[in-house]
Parts: sequence; structure tokens; C-alpha cells
Amino acid sequence: MLYLRPGQVLNEPDDSGEDISVGDWPALYSALAEQAESKVLREFYAAGLPPASTPISEVPMLALDFETTGMDAEQGDIVSIGLVPMTMARIYNRDSCHWVVRPRAHLPGDSVVIHGITHSDVASSPDLNRYLQPLLSLMAGRVVVAHYRKMERNFLHHAMLQRLGEGIRFPIIDTMTLEAEITRLTFWQRLRGQKAPSLRLAEARKRYHLPFYHPHHAHTDALSCAELLQAQLITHYGPKTPVGDLWR
Amino acid sequence: MQAEQIEILEFLRQHQPLSLLPEDVLRQVAQSVDIAYYKAGTQILDFGTELSDWFLIRSGAVEVYRRNGDLYNRLTQGGFFAEFGLLRNRRARFPVRAMEDTLVYLIPAELFISLFEEHEEFADQVEVEDRTRLRQAVARREDANELMTARIETLLSREPVLLHHTASAREAARQMMEENVSSLLVIDDAADDEETLKGIVTDRDITDRLVAPGLPYETPVTDIMSPEVVAVEYNQLVFEAMLKMLRDNVHHLPVLRKGKPLGVITLTDIIRYESQNSLFVVRSIFSAQSVEELVPLQSDVRACFSRLIAEDANSRMIGSSMAVIGRSFKQRLLELAEEKFGPPPVPYCFLALGSMAREEQLIVTDQDNAMILDDSFEPEKHDEYFYQVAKFVSDGLDACGYKYCTGHIMATNKKWRQPLKVWESYFTEWIEQPTPEFLLNSSIFFDLEGVWGENRWAKRLNKLIRHKAQKNTRFLACMARNALLRTPPLGFFKNFVMEADGDHNKSINMKRRGTAPLADLIRVHALSIGSASHNSFERLQDVIDAKILSPGSGPDLRDALELIAMVRIRHQALDLEAGAEPDNNIEPENLSDFERKNLRDAFLIVSNAQKYLKYRYQPGRSS
Repeated sequence: MLYLRPGQVLNEPDDSGEDISVGDWPALYSALAEQAESKVLREFYAAGLPPASTPISEVPMLALDFETTGMDAEQGDIVSIGLVPMTMARIYNRDSCHWVVRPRAHLPGDSVVIHGITHSDVASSPDLNRYLQPLLSLMAGRVVVAHYRKMERNFLHHAMLQRLGEGIRFPIIDTMTLEAEITRLTFWQRLRGQKAPSLRLAEARKRYHLPFYHPHHAHTDALSCAELLQAQLITHYGPKTPVGDLWR
Repeated sequence: MQAEQIEILEFLRQHQPLSLLPEDVLRQVAQSVDIAYYKAGTQILDFGTELSDWFLIRSGAVEVYRRNGDLYNRLTQGGFFAEFGLLRNRRARFPVRAMEDTLVYLIPAELFISLFEEHEEFADQVEVEDRTRLRQAVARREDANELMTARIETLLSREPVLLHHTASAREAARQMMEENVSSLLVIDDAADDEETLKGIVTDRDITDRLVAPGLPYETPVTDIMSPEVVAVEYNQLVFEAMLKMLRDNVHHLPVLRKGKPLGVITLTDIIRYESQNSLFVVRSIFSAQSVEELVPLQSDVRACFSRLIAEDANSRMIGSSMAVIGRSFKQRLLELAEEKFGPPPVPYCFLALGSMAREEQLIVTDQDNAMILDDSFEPEKHDEYFYQVAKFVSDGLDACGYKYCTGHIMATNKKWRQPLKVWESYFTEWIEQPTPEFLLNSSIFFDLEGVWGENRWAKRLNKLIRHKAQKNTRFLACMARNALLRTPPLGFFKNFVMEADGDHNKSINMKRRGTAPLADLIRVHALSIGSASHNSFERLQDVIDAKILSPGSGPDLRDALELIAMVRIRHQALDLEAGAEPDNNIEPENLSDFERKNLRDAFLIVSNAQKYLKYRYQPGRSS
């Protein structure tokens, strides 16, 4: 994942694109299972979602992270994908995946510096098309988890649009949004000039005494995010919280 | 494609016991790890919970309880739990609770069990419970490939750089530079094509023996080399090389095989090998500028002792290392004494007696020492000086944890601060007109080593003992009789025969009833064959080679000595760990069944050996 300076996102964590307004995700999935053009997407939507009232402890989830060519989903593309299946109780790291793909957009040098995936790495890797099927089947029936949902949502949407001619819609539990809610300052605190705590992944993890992991590797970042969600759920939400309160 | 598991693999690589696995297996483990997070205060395992994973703590801390609720253990990062249950009925045996927010790596039960079965070292490390951890070192001893038991040849990285003895000093310097080495072996291949080692020359020799005195560059290398080469055999142990360097104060050791040089090892090679061994303690001892600076090193000594045990050192390595450290304290104190009171008016030799001379020193030890003075010694003129030095050393040793000898066998005692000729008459009298009463408390005089000054006098006394004792059956009979006074506690295991004194009336003194009777017994045999060794293991080997024991009983004795010594050592380490003052006592309830059974066997061996000793050296029996 690309890391934003706190100021860029801190104040608007919910500015997350088109799908913030979806009220009933399972219903949208049922509809899209009929409407989607491509077969892989129809099967993905047909797998459905747990009802919004399902306690979070019973919901299968998938932590997801992309490294990308840049910040703009319309101009850029995905370079690597990290996937880690999980529940509230356990992170199924043994079933996790990490794929490097060849972006259809230019890979600028400054992003290479961040994620360490070089031009020759991507040159010898397949196009995302190769992994669409396994990606969608891992996502099917699971609720996606990411830190700063806008990146993962927009990049996947545009990557699909470019390859299948249609985009994808799915709810995301955003650990950054959760952390913003958890650490939100009261009116009085803000009035007294207290600084809002950092929402960056590494900083958020520290608050739960999670160990330091080296950032900017899609699998490690997905794993970091998965551990953070477990810690957040256990510490602040509890197993009975309906998944509908958490996904957007 | 499976993910690389960079972070997990890195963590596993850094923590035993998983780090003991081969890299490919480790990768497989990293691929199989699942993860779970527990908030501080939550229960991770209840008694009887079905187990599907082995738990490895990635971060945080947990408390392990006994079933009755007593705290059993605390574990932090790198700690592991649930193996006990996994290896039995797959149900949690010890409840576990998160003390802090804790992240655990979960390793599937099947994988854990296959690792345990297929990788011996891993299994040994995992071995359940601290008791079992106690057990393993005795069983593993010499075959362990840990660093202290590694062979010297494993340190050799290149062929030796050889120089012909006709070369000049300048050629030596040039060759050192070209080969990028700090020492050369000087050889002579004239005699029947065999290379014979004539000496060793180091970069230090170039500066100290050539440049400093201003000799010409064309000086023959033989003029600046050290002709008396201190060398080691390729199959000796690394720790022996280390001890040799310390004793002889050399930094380069040629390694030989059948007299032929294989390479050279340097102090740096060894230090690189073991970064925190006794060498470092020794170094801080010698850099201490006063007694006040020596005293705090006691804790480093104890740490070194614990570390050796953690590294599965055997009793011999521990005994030698502690003796080297003890000797260094004496030597530094003597240096400080000579700074304070001036140079000695006549030459002298400071002696170590007993366990230090046998290289069997542990951390709970008395100071047993003495002084040999030059025969030109005049009490009225010189004794004040030597008394002051002896007192300075003795007080210093006491402050550093080497308690005053209760039997007053110390150089502060005038009787044990005498000229060489008096010492010679002492030993002659003890051996030729022995009385059991005297010898009773004097057996440690027969374990004697010079640590400072005219050490050749100590060698001379040892030689005298060797020659006289061997021939004197009455002396041997007296020594044998005394060696039988302390018996192994055979009844210990049935009705718990324990020392009746004070604090430890529910315990057994492993020194008095274990290692001391064995050392006594071995000493008698060693004296009877004129062995020049001091260490009990070495003496025993000499005795075995002399074939005076029945076949098989020698090795049995060796195993018994190792086991008893290790139990004693380990209980001292446990005392240290528990923050208690270590002693020689063990409490039966702290023994595992395994130790108890083996100790019983060991004591039985000692008891039988005592019977044989009694028979062999009975007065009037000529052998």
C-alpha cells in the first residue's frame, strides 16, 4: 500500500468513492449476480455476502493490499497483490497469497523505491488477467478488509474496468476508518488543541502492541492490516457487533 | 503462488528452537503459520482445551499456570507453549493467559509433531518442561555440536602460510602483507623432505623484535620468530584452544595434524565464534584497576557460568572456564599487590590448591592458596612483605566471592607461606611418614598449581609428589582410607538421608557426598600410578590407560562423575536463576524422576568404586 501523509487523509477518512451510499450490500450482490456481463463476476456476486446483522465473529473476511504504480487509480495500475483470509479469531496466513503482476500503466521510479518491485520484476510477471479468477474466488463470500479502502476499491474497480469492460463493487471494512472512529477526539479535546493521533498502519498497530513489520510489501501489509483488525475488534467492538456496522 | 512470509520467516530464523531447523524446513514452517491476537487478561488456553496448534509468542507476554492455579512460568517474545499437551493427548495441560496484548504464531499440530520427530536438535530444545530441559544436557554432552564442543578444525579457513627458515625479516613482512595474514609458520624442509615447524613469526614480532630495536631488514627471520611454538592438535576442542591462548598468553595458535601444520587460528577466530565467553570476563578482570573494580565482576562470572550451562557445556568445560577466571582474579590481585607494596624482595610463587588446580572450579568455592618463597628468604627481613601481599590477595578474593578457606589453607597462614625447601620437606614427611589425621584435611595439597611468579617451583613439587607417592604404599593406604570417609548417599532415594545441619536439613550436599569423594578416590589411583594430570577426568583416563581398574568400570566412573557434577552445577544455575544464593545442596523434590534414577545409579558406581579402593590399597597388600 502507498502511505499517505496524515494530513492527506486524516480529516476525510470516509471520502471513499461511489459506494459509500450502498445501504444493503447482500441485495446489491443478488442484483449484480443477474446483471454482470462476465462470468467470473456473476459467480463472484452469486456467492453472496452474510446478512448485515451477522455478528462479526461469524464473518469470513479477506485482508487485501495492493502495491500500485501511483496514487491515481484512473492513471495507474496494480503492481502486486497480497491476500490473507481471516476471521475475528484467527488469521489463516497459511492460505495467504502474494502475486506480482505487470501493470498496464507506466511504473515510475519513485514507486519502485517504495515497494521495491522493479521494472524487471514486473516484466517477467503476468498480466492481472491471469489472477482474476483466483482473486475473485478468494473474495467470494468474504468481506474485504483494507487499511484506507479508497485505494483498494478504486484500483480494483479500474483494473477490472480496463480488462473486463465492467467494474466491481464490494463492501470493505476499513481499519483506518475504524481507527479514526476509535481515536476520534471529543469536541473538548479538539478545543483544547489536542492533536489527533496518527492513523497510519504502523502507528495504529503500536497502540495495540503489535510488532513492527516492514511496510510496502503487499502480503506483509495485508497481514499487518489483518492483525490490526483483530486487535481493534477484540479491544473496541466485541464479537457480537453486526458486520453491517463495520462495512462500507 | 504462496506468499513469501518475509516477516514470519525472519522471526523464526532469530528464535530457537525453530532457528535450529534447516532453511528449507523453516520456509515450510513459515508458510504454515496462522496468527491470533489476544488482549491482555484473556485466557488463551484452558485446562483440557483441544489443541490443534503449537503456540509461538510473536509479541507480548503470557503466564502459564498449573492446574491448581499456581503460576508456573512466564513467557515472552520467542517463548512457546502447548507442546506438553500436543505430545500427549492433544489437550492443553497448562492453562495459559495473556499478560499483555499478545500476538501468537500458530503452527499446526501435525507439522509440530513431525518436526519434533524428525529434527533431533529441535526436539531437544523443545523438550517439555524445565525439568526435561535439565535432563537433556547430561544426555547430550560430547556429541552436541554446539560451539564450545566444536573441534578446532572447524575454525580453520585457509591453509597455513609457510616461510622457509632461511628467509629474512623483510621477506616475512612482505609475505604477511601479500597473503593478508598476521602470522607465518617458519619451517625447515631440509630433513628428509618433511616440513618441520621451527617457529612462528607474527606482525607483533616485526614491530617488537625488529623495528623497535632497530635491526636491519635483512635480519634472518629465525632471529625474530618465537621458536617455542605453542600449538594445538586439529581434533582438540575449541575451548581447549581458548584456554591454551589464555594460559600461554599467545594470540596465534598453529593447528597440527601429526606434527604437520594445517593452519593457524587466532584469538579473533575464537572470539568471533563465541562472543561472550569467559574470555571477556578474563579481559575485564585484567583491566580492573582496583579491588573495588574487581568486586562487581562477580555478576559477570555468574552470567558466564549460566551461559555455559545454557549452551550445554559439559562439567569439564565449565570447571576449566571457572578455574581460568578464578586464576585471573588471583593474578590481577597479585599484580595490584605488587603495585601497592613494591616488587618482591625475593622471588616467590603463588599456588592454587584444590579445585582450581584440578580445573574443577564452580561458582561456590573457597579460596585455597599458598606461597612458595625463594630459599634465600629471611623471615625477619622479608616476611612482612609477603604477609601483606597474601592478605591483600586473600581479602580481595573474599570480596570477589571466593570465601576464606575455613581450614585456613591460605598464604596468610604462616605455615603455608614458606621457602621451597620447607615445602619439599613438608611433602617428603607427609608421604614418607603419613598419619591419617594429618592427611585428612590436606588432600588438596596434592592438587597444586602455580599461578604467579616462579611457577616452575610448583612443577618441581608436583614432580616430587609423583615420584615419592607412587612407591609409598602406606601413604596410599592412608589416602585411600580418608577417601572412604565420605560416602555417597545411597539411602537417599529410599528414606531420604540428608545432611543434618541447619538450613538444608532436607537436602543433600552434592559436593560432600558426590563430587568430593569421587575426586578423592580418583586422586588415590592417580597418585599410585604416578599420573602427572590434575583434572579428575584426565587422571581417570590415565588410570584407565594404566589398566588398574576392571574393564568398563573406568568409563562408568567417568559417566558417574559427569552426571553428579552436572546435577550439582545445574542446581547452582537454578539457584542463580531464582535469585537465590547458590550452594552445593539439592532438594529431592527438585529432582525429576529421571535425575533421581540416574543419580542413584551414579552413587552406586561410586560406592562400588570405594569398595574396590579399600581392597586395593589395604595396608600390607603389595601390588
